This record gives sequence, C-alpha cells and structure tokens, in this order.
Amino acid sequence: MKQLLLGNEAIARGAYEAGVRVSSAYPGTPSTEINENIANYKEIYSEWAPNEKVAVEVALGAAVSGARSMACMKHVGLNVAADPFFTATYTGVNAGMVVVVADDPGMHSSQNEQDTRLLARASHAPCLDPSSSQECKDFMKLAFEISEEYDTPVIVRLTTRIAHARTLVELGEREVPELREYKKDIRKYVSMPANMIGRHKAVEAREIRLAEDANTLSVNRIEWASRKVGVITSGAAYNYVKEAMPDASVLKLGLAYPLPRKLIEEFAAGVETLYVIEDMEPFYEDTVKSWGIACSGKDKTGVQGELFMKKIDEKFNNAPEAGPANTPGVPNRPPVLCPGCPHRGLYYILGKLKLTVCSDIGCYTLGALPPLSGVDTCVCMGASIGMAHGMEKARGHEQAKKTVAVLGDSTFCHSGMTGLLNMAYNRAVGTVIIADNSITGMTGHQNNPANGLDIHGEPTTQLDIVKLCEAMGVASVRVVDPFDLKELEAVLREETAREALSVIITRRPCALIVKQNNPVYACDPDKCRNCGMCMRIGCPAIIKTATGVRIDPTQCVGCGLCGQLCHFGALRAE
Amino acid sequence: MFNIVIVGVGGQGTLLASKILGQLAVNNGYDVRVSEVHGMSQRGGSVITYVRISDDAPLYSSIVEQGQADVVLAFENLEALRALPYVRDGGTVIVNTQEILPMPVITGSAEYPSDCLERVRERCKTIELNAVEIAHECGTYKASNVVLLGVLAKTMPFGADEWIRAIEQCVKPKFLNVNIEAFNRGYNY
Repeated sequence: MKQLLLGNEAIARGAYEAGVRVSSAYPGTPSTEINENIANYKEIYSEWAPNEKVAVEVALGAAVSGARSMACMKHVGLNVAADPFFTATYTGVNAGMVVVVADDPGMHSSQNEQDTRLLARASHAPCLDPSSSQECKDFMKLAFEISEEYDTPVIVRLTTRIAHARTLVELGEREVPELREYKKDIRKYVSMPANMIGRHKAVEAREIRLAEDANTLSVNRIEWASRKVGVITSGAAYNYVKEAMPDASVLKLGLAYPLPRKLIEEFAAGVETLYVIEDMEPFYEDTVKSWGIACSGKDKTGVQGELFMKKIDEKFNNAPEAGPANTPGVPNRPPVLCPGCPHRGLYYILGKLKLTVCSDIGCYTLGALPPLSGVDTCVCMGASIGMAHGMEKARGHEQAKKTVAVLGDSTFCHSGMTGLLNMAYNRAVGTVIIADNSITGMTGHQNNPANGLDIHGEPTTQLDIVKLCEAMGVASVRVVDPFDLKELEAVLREETAREALSVIITRRPCALIVKQNNPVYACDPDKCRNCGMCMRIGCPAIIKTATGVRIDPTQCVGCGLCGQLCHFGALRAE
Repeated sequence: MFNIVIVGVGGQGTLLASKILGQLAVNNGYDVRVSEVHGMSQRGGSVITYVRISDDAPLYSSIVEQGQADVVLAFENLEALRALPYVRDGGTVIVNTQEILPMPVITGSAEYPSDCLERVRERCKTIELNAVEIAHECGTYKASNVVLLGVLAKTMPFGADEWIRAIEQCVKPKFLNVNIEAFNRGYNY
C-alpha cells in the first residue's frame, strides 16, 4: 500500500533506497525532518554537523572515498556551505553526492526568499525540482545516478510546500552499490590553480553534455493539451498550474538546471502563447527569453511570496480576484516565547538596562516582538557577535558598554565561535551572551555539540563552552541562571561595565524539553494593583483584565518570573 | 472531494488531527494531500493545515484556497473568524469555543473581537462545542483535537470504525483509550 509521506520523509526514503551510507546536516526549516528521518534508518550513518559547511565537506569526503552521501540544509545554509560546494563541482565526486536544499518562498520561517536555482547555476551543479513526495523519493535516486554519470554533486531543491506536504508514495527496496574504489588523484581532488584550470574545462564539458541529455531526460516532459496556451513550470508551481489551467499544455521541468533548450524550443513552437510560471526568481523565463523565445510570466506573478492556484487563475485566466485568505481587521497572532522559556527573563533585563542588542537566529529572535522589544539587529547565523564587535570598533568603548551580542548555544557552535575568536584576537571590549538552553530549539529540538547528545540522543563528547571561551582569551566568563533576575541583572551590569571582553552564559534548559514540575502560579485579587509590571515579560499565561491580572492555569508552568517582578506579592505559587 | 482547513494556535495539536485524517484517507484508498506548517509559527502563533481528499480525480495542489473549504475545523474562536474566507458556500465551521489571547491583545495594542462566533454564524453553518472540557472529562485536555475530529466525522462518509482504526495507527498506545473516548464523545455530540 502507498504511504502518506512528508516531502522530507520521502527524500529520506529515497536516500535510503538509493543506498546512501553517510548523511550530514544542520537543522533548518523547512529541511529539518530529512535528516531526522534518515536517523531512523540504522543502515545509514547520520549526524548533526555544527553547520552546513561542515556537512557538505563530510558528504564530499564520503563521496570521494567511494560511498553515496548527502548533506541537507535550508536555502541560507547553502550560503554557509557555498565555499566547499562551489569547488566540489570542480573536483567532482567518486560515488554519488547529493545536497538537498529547501527554499522558503513566502518566508514562513526564514530571513529571505533566496532561490537555490540561481546558486545551482552559479556553482555549475545540476538541480532537480520535485513536485510531490513521490517525486522527492524518485528524484533522489535520479540525483545519485546523475551525480555518478556526470561526476558532480547534485542539488535536489525543495520548497516549503513540497517539503512540508504529505502525499502518497510507493515504497521500494534499498539497493546499496558497492563502495567504489578510492584512488589518489591529485589533479582532481587538490584544488591548486594548475589542477583546477583543467577541472574547469571538465565542468564546462560536463554541463554542455548534461544540457544536451536533458532534452530526453524522463523528468523533463511535455504534457500536450490545447495548443492555445503552453506553460513551462516546475516544483510546487506545477501543481497549481495543473489545477488552474487544466486545458493548457505543460512542459514540466524536473531538472531545473541545466535547461533542455531543444525541448523548450519544441514546446514553444507548438503553442500559440507561452507562459513561464515559477516560484521566486524568473530563472527559467530569463533563460528562455535569452534564446529569443517570446514568453511572459513574472510580469504577472511578481517575485515575492508564494504562487497559489487562485493567483494563477487571476493572473492568467482573468478570474475575479479571490480576496484575502484571512478575515481583514482581525488581530494578528505572532509566535511568542513559550511559557517558562529561559530567554524571557534575559530579554526583560536587557530591555530594563536599555542595551543595544545584536541578536541572532533562533527562538530568542522572538524577543524582538512587543512587549519585550529587546532586539536591535538579527541578520544571519552568528552575525550577532561580528556586528556587536563592528559597533565597538566604529563607535568606541562607550558604545561597547551599552551593547551586547545574544545568541543561542547551537548558533554559537554553528558560526559564533569564529566571531568570538575575532573579538578576543582583536582586543575587543564587549559582552557576548550565550543563551544556552541545551538544544537547537526553533527547528524542533535537535541535539548539538553543546548538549553532549548525538542525533540519536546518545551521550557523546560535550563542548565545554566555558573552557572554550577561556582558551580563546576571553577575560571574564560567567554562568548565570536566567530565572534568577536579580543575579542576572547584577552580572550584566558588571560585565558590560568591564573594559574587556566578557561572555555571559545564561544556562537553563528549554521549557519544552525539561518539564518544570512546579506548581502553577495564581494572582491574589486582593493584592493585585493591576500596575502592569508583570505584563512586561510578555508571558502568554498572564492575562490582563479590568480588575487585575489572571493566570491561565493551562498555560502556566510555574517558572516564577512574574512573582519576582510583582512588588505587592500578588503572584504566588498555588 | 473534501477540502478541510484546520486552524488553531501552535501547540494545540492540529498536526495530529491532520495526520489522522490523512491516514483515514489512505486506508480507504482515496488520493490525499496534506500541507502542514512547521517551524516558527509553532511557537504559539496562528497555525493552518490543509487536508484534501479525493475519491475520483487525482489531486495536484496541497493547498485549500479561498472559498474551497467544505469544513474549517477551528481550535479557537479568533482563528475560526480569521479563517472564514476559506469556507465555501454551504460549508461548515466546527469550532472549539476557546479563547486564547494573542500577544497584541495581551499587551493592549489590539482588542480580541467580542463577536467572533456571531460573525462566523452569520456567514455559514457553525457547530460549536467546548472540546477542551470534553477532552478533560475523558482524561486529558490535550485530546481536544480528537474530540473535534469526532464532530468532523459526522460530516464525512467514513464509518466510526474506520476513524478509530486511523486513530489507532497515529496515536501512541498509552494514549489510545483516552483518544477513542474523546472521538466517541465528539462523534455523539
């Protein structure tokens, strides 16, 4: 019987069936569940790497040594991994290597709308673009075949609506190719200029050959219908086109890069009007136009947000406007720090001290929202430290004493360490706060080097952050419980005043991982003056009414932060 | 063809509800597509899941769009109101009558509409119940999602035994009895 699999589960299944032996990844929405599901196959070695660059290097090493391998990441992860990846396409692989990259059009959980197809072209890597979970599985197998046939790493690119949609999949058996022989070959694998000049020629020749072969590749197919309108499309957009324009002929591109020129020319010649309908950038459209073929698409859909069936119906069929999907004028419900979240107390104190906060990517980014409103900047993984350092070097020590960098334990391991080393090396004055909740939180709780557990939850070598900071030369390293507001405030005042580099580790496990067995709090209406003090921490369990506050017992986990803030003793454990 | 939109607040158990629905469709040989939300909005934000089930034509899109939903299954009053444009003419809203205040309301920068359910009732057929209380009576308030599925089951052409089979496949054994009771309470509501 077919199974209903998430696109990400189907990617993992495809890797399993294709005989993958090694998988390395850093979690990132919407890609995280791929490696989580890989970890369920005991035949595959899987790991969480500290970042995507390392993951790609691990996969490359495994592939060069003869094993089918993969790395997985969200779109911005490929930026981190771009350095090894852009040269891996020159060195080539030995056994197959696939990098799965999940884009996030509409930015459900991301900082930009970057289109991985552009990076595929820039790096000269073939790129597959599946439209369903069945294709996720099938395309993984095809990706390994292409990788080995053309001696290159291959990208399988997903978007949120493919990665996080469940559709039916026919399962197959696992077939494991023999380990390929590893032969020393410095002209391929040593990226000195003299060697890579030759490899660049090989890259160009390979790309021309694949582009030619793409004309007959099974996953690039024309679905002829009415010749009045033809649509070139791929990925999630294909699904919407099939529903909005059931009469149109469709050229479905399974291989997003390189493009099959003859097939596209044949299709264009066979239809009266040619549209290109694709999520994100005009990647196909620009190329098709550059070949002198008349077509349109992005002039109607734009490059922002997601395409949907109704949008296509509106723009290409002149259907009436569908109107907003949500009732207008209804209050928003943005995500919030959970009740009992260890980051809440930290952001409350940062706000109280009116510090400039260079923050980072993680749950603690939510400290930017009211009422905490405690974040000045958030750009990419690890940027908090570099940006705080830049502010100090631009504006001097007085600025440094009013500024902190805040990042989580996993983000620190990912790309905060080098920033901190830079501060130590370049005589920085400043304060870095590592909000250590012992987990990679926002992506759904993955282990990382700082919590000492591997991808299977088994104990492993644990990073000692204190010793690491000391070894780098950080003058002062303090560990504080972020639930102890008095202590936290005192330490923050001392460390920001210091004419040196200091690190404060606010250490308490994520409230969703270590359940707090505390009694819930309640408000004594006789003591509550309704002053609003407890409302400043933005706890979803505290509700303000006309006569005083009320604690929602189904939400409260008894962390006690509100009790520490109440001047009148109204908030107490029941 | 059934188009169902499940809306609620991150952490309320909407993902389990869509998983059970998907399993039910698979068991009965239907084509099915489910689109979920993971990541940031799971932290107490608005969450929306789409479930499409077809007994004839194959499905392509995993998304239910404006005016296409046969049923909106709402876990909270404000979210029911927010999702109203999804309901097709003649469609139904099933709502767990719970109010969870969003942060802009908690901080006083927005007001929770006092007429959420009136506005929903004006627009379409509405089934209202306190699923949290019913689930609590069954043993855990967390089973409110399955209480709502019980109500939904009455609007769909699958027997109660088929629903219970799907629940058995999706729920951990130690929570099975609570969930079956929760389903039955919803089914007989």
